[in-house]
Amino acid sequence: MTNAFESQPHAGLPVPFLDVDKIIGDRETKIIICCGSGGVGKTTTSAALAVRAAEAGRKVVVLTIDPARRLAQSLGVGELDNTPRPVSTIDTAAGGSLDAMMLDMKGTFDEVVMAHSTPEKAAAILQNQFYVALSSEFSGTQEYMAMEKLGQLHSEAEAHGTWDLIVVDTPPARSALDFLDAPEHLSSLLDGRFLRMLLHPARGPMRFMTAGFSMISAAMTKILGAQIISDVQTFVRAFEALFGGFRQRATATFELLSSRHSTFLIVATPQHDALREAAYFVDRLTEEGMPLSGMVINRVHSSALAISPERALSLAEDLAGTSAVMEVEALRRHANLMRVIETESRMMERFASARPAVAQTQVQSLPTDVTDLAALRRVGALLSDKD
Amino acid sequence: MTPRHTLHIVSGKGGTGKTTIAGALACALATSGRRVLVCEVEGRNGISELFDVPPLTGREERRISRTPVGGTVFGLSIDAEDALIEYLDTFYHLSIAGKALDRFGAIDFATSIAPGLRDVLLTGKVYEAVRRRIKNRPNSYDAVVFDGPPTGRIAQFLNVHAAVAGLAKVGPIRNQADSIMRLLRSATTAVHFVTLLEDMPVTETEEAVAALRPTQIRIGTVIENMVTPTPLNHDQLQTAATGSVALKVPGLTIKQNHAFAAEFAIEAARTLQEQQRHDRLTALGLPLAQIAFDPGGIDEGAIFTIAEQLTDQMSLEAA
Repeated sequence: MTNAFESQPHAGLPVPFLDVDKIIGDRETKIIICCGSGGVGKTTTSAALAVRAAEAGRKVVVLTIDPARRLAQSLGVGELDNTPRPVSTIDTAAGGSLDAMMLDMKGTFDEVVMAHSTPEKAAAILQNQFYVALSSEFSGTQEYMAMEKLGQLHSEAEAHGTWDLIVVDTPPARSALDFLDAPEHLSSLLDGRFLRMLLHPARGPMRFMTAGFSMISAAMTKILGAQIISDVQTFVRAFEALFGGFRQRATATFELLSSRHSTFLIVATPQHDALREAAYFVDRLTEEGMPLSGMVINRVHSSALAISPERALSLAEDLAGTSAVMEVEALRRHANLMRVIETESRMMERFASARPAVAQTQVQSLPTDVTDLAALRRVGALLSDKD
Repeated sequence: MTPRHTLHIVSGKGGTGKTTIAGALACALATSGRRVLVCEVEGRNGISELFDVPPLTGREERRISRTPVGGTVFGLSIDAEDALIEYLDTFYHLSIAGKALDRFGAIDFATSIAPGLRDVLLTGKVYEAVRRRIKNRPNSYDAVVFDGPPTGRIAQFLNVHAAVAGLAKVGPIRNQADSIMRLLRSATTAVHFVTLLEDMPVTETEEAVAALRPTQIRIGTVIENMVTPTPLNHDQLQTAATGSVALKVPGLTIKQNHAFAAEFAIEAARTLQEQQRHDRLTALGLPLAQIAFDPGGIDEGAIFTIAEQLTDQMSLEAA
């Protein structure tokens, strides 16, 4: 029995440590992508990493998606818009710098349209009802535009040496895979068979399918209404010239993300759901051959007091009814905390035994919200701390 | 006695326990002999994971729990593409065309590109499940709980008809969107928000409430999840938070008592902050419910415990 227990994979097997200082210290690392499910502190982690890298001498730009207003303020930029703004409050003694920007989905899309077509065509596209909806409401557009923006920042960094490190905070994905899938999905839709038929219903080799197409087209018209179809057709015609470019850039960005200059960090919390999403992410990135550095586990609880929950509760029981109300409450809280710690370590152990190669760093749960630069520095220090 | 609400939409920021609350609410509504459906969208398997049953796939509505109060909870995972093919079949008897459309990538095209269509289809399926009872159709439910999109997206999601109306002035999609809006705005529908007593989820809840108020969609209860109740009053907490309280637990060393006081100071400060956020939520003027934090994690027993708390605090009016 004892032997069987000891031979369990996680027993005594140390989890490899994710050394973020090594990652940000490596000049060959040019892009860090933070991904994970919603509510795990992705934006805070990205910002903290960016601050730490900048103060270690890197020239950093951090691209965030919908940060809390107070976090934007904590970076010293009252309003994050689609342009990188310098964060002047950081310590530049090591020769680094920090710019921060927030993704404006529609703004980025508009820029792409204007940059890659004639003014007349651009005007036609920007006014198209379908374009307006696509650029502001389509659920994959945010992911797609995050990739587009990343590509732009990278080109600018390469061309002008403005930055040597880009930290990306991925959109709060509906599913953890959206960020990787959306660009490919959208570009395959944009030059897919159906769209080509919509554009040229009776041309070339597609001609023999006209009968089949008219049935399909009739069905689409029934569902969507004729107006949507005609809006889409107008849009697609105006947009056709841009498709190739879109696809090309999406492919280039995807390749950039697979290269040794990029690295992925998965952000999670020691909860069942977040770790499950993290596991999907690890598997997916591994399958795609994407460079995964490891995992940041945020909000891990700890206690300096090695008193078991059972003992704490029994002590509380002994004191119940006395004047020691503070002690009783403190003991109950401690018992709760110890149970949380037990649950969390069980979850993390399970994760580590299933995916033992994934390096980890833990950030302990903070008593207050991270809303200023000092707090971001503290998070950065906790990120790089081995304990 | 029939319940006032037959459709409960549950929203919340990621990490607040939205799916757990949706599952528990379904259990709370499933009292003696009642059938309740809980649905999720976009194949996240959250519901099946929560109830520890195999993943829900396709169009199946499977029993996932019998509640201690004698009802049955069914689960459904709604997929937009399935919903479109089902829609074509129901309204146009176009199942063959549906398959042809699928082969040409048109289903993928329609559900991905046509803005809002995906959301229209997802809510459409929920609408269909709710309407079964009214229309006396088979397999009907006494209540439907919808594990909805996160707080940041809920107003846009529920207002999808506005986007549709802008694009489709006429046509069946427009009609469908209008019927769904009537259901969403009716007195039998309520949107509940799940939040933690942390700054970001509370802020998002405030924003979502402000965004929903002009839409005529009724907001039900704001559910404060994972709350740690305390018998201490404000002054006692403030004193404890300063760390200046000398705790004297018999049997602990002086050093241990010091560490203990430091730990308790952080806990007390956190509780004070939580109380401030509770006050912000109170200011919304909506019914509030509090769900106690369960340090042991969530299993079926924990779901039923949460269900009991919801029954006690929300006017579910289940007979």
